[in-house]
Amino acid sequence: MTAPAASRSWTVAVRQRAVRAFPPDQLLPDKQPIYVAAWIYVFGVLTLAAFLVVLLSGGVLAIEGPQWWHTSSTGHFFNSLHLWSVELFLAFMVIHLWGKFWMAAWRGRRAMTWITGALCFAGSIGTAFTGYLVQTNFDSQWISTQAKDGLNSVGIGAVFNVTNFGQMLMWHIVLLPLVVGVIVGVHVLQVRKRGVVPPIDVDPIDLIPEQGR
Amino acid sequence: MSTATAPVSASAQRAAERNWQGRYREYDLVKEFVVALVAVSVLSVALAALFSSPDEKQINISQWSRIAPNDFVATAATELDRTSGTATYGAPYTHDPSAAQKIGPITPQNWLGVTHPIDTVSDFVVRPLSQVAGDPALTAALTQWSAGSATQQEGWASAYDDALQKAPDNDPNKVATADYGPVPVMLSSLLKVAQSGGLDGELLSQGKFFATDYTKPLLFIADGAYLEDQARAEHLGGDQWGMMKETGNYPGQAWLWLYTVWYQVKPFSTSPNADALVWGLMMLLTPASSSSRSSRVFARFRGGSRCTG
Repeated sequence: MTAPAASRSWTVAVRQRAVRAFPPDQLLPDKQPIYVAAWIYVFGVLTLAAFLVVLLSGGVLAIEGPQWWHTSSTGHFFNSLHLWSVELFLAFMVIHLWGKFWMAAWRGRRAMTWITGALCFAGSIGTAFTGYLVQTNFDSQWISTQAKDGLNSVGIGAVFNVTNFGQMLMWHIVLLPLVVGVIVGVHVLQVRKRGVVPPIDVDPIDLIPEQGR
Repeated sequence: MSTATAPVSASAQRAAERNWQGRYREYDLVKEFVVALVAVSVLSVALAALFSSPDEKQINISQWSRIAPNDFVATAATELDRTSGTATYGAPYTHDPSAAQKIGPITPQNWLGVTHPIDTVSDFVVRPLSQVAGDPALTAALTQWSAGSATQQEGWASAYDDALQKAPDNDPNKVATADYGPVPVMLSSLLKVAQSGGLDGELLSQGKFFATDYTKPLLFIADGAYLEDQARAEHLGGDQWGMMKETGNYPGQAWLWLYTVWYQVKPFSTSPNADALVWGLMMLLTPASSSSRSSRVFARFRGGSRCTG
């Protein structure tokens, strides 16, 4: 009997590579290193949860369009939900970021985890900023006419026109959430691949593997 | 506790950082995420129900021209003699490379040129007036305007703008008598068009049916004093809270503090190139904070004296 020929299927190749890179036990583990017990580790998952609430509340606002919340109490409630979930999202993210900064969380080949996290923060600021531009009220008028000067002064305003409502709406509800979503996905996969960074001063007892594990 | 155990060597610490081989504990990631999602959802709903969200009504040109007609006419006069903020802005609105902000010897504002061209005379005044029908005085004024040379037009508009600025309360009815050509008729007609609501639509549509680009009406409103007066009353001025605050007593974009704070300190607060300098600084700081090189430097600083052993 001859050995089976190596598959030339792209699908098989992608599957094998994905499983090699992220075995199911590593992608969704049911154990974590002993040091993953402090409260500071919770802010990453809180940020993720808030991101989901932001996307869902924004999705509801998108159903009726950008003017809906001015004339409907239901729309206004979902706008409020969107606002407060964004505030929570960025608050959790900032705490998560500072916590990881003081842990020097890029140690142990985790530079890409750190960089994607910082990019998430920058992308989220941009997404939130465009949200303020498309409120279609006084605030968006003032913010757009002020922000244009900074963006124009470095040439960005030539292509990214904050006073163009249609353009900003597209950036806010399509392009930037897509970019942030992809970066969040890569960031989470990096965390799963490299694991959560240990404390700077590892407890020697924690380094002793448990018997039978 | 670890007090009875030898300290971890630097090499063991590095090995542990790369591939943890020590003790583990049970951890239910999915349960943690679901609990976090429920908690954040409940908290968001509670905050939304308790505090709602601000919705300060927009300002339109019709409202501005009715509440502050003198400011409106004074602004329109600066559009007509090309001395307004928009007319003298440079890229990306007008062709004036010397108006660009600088970062040392470079002017990135000019690099992509004029991508949103605005002729304040035509776009803000003459074109909207040319849509008005059944006004013989206005028709005659527009005919006189278009028949005048560029120098003559500039002379009429500048003389009227100067006289208006000297008039009590900038009141067009108290402007000193002189030859301003067709300008007084044009601007009083523009005020009527604006008060009727016609200028809002005309500046937005610019002859098109569908329109989503509010650049022209927003820049026209921003050239006047009325918009800024309203913003300052909400403590949103550049030397107040700026863009990081919301209208009313709501948290705004608090995360922009590191950007807006530079505008409050020298040399940025007194520089004519403040926007370019602050943006240049932030464009340097952002990648620097996330680069792996700076991360390694920081890690060495953080761990250098603590992980030896």
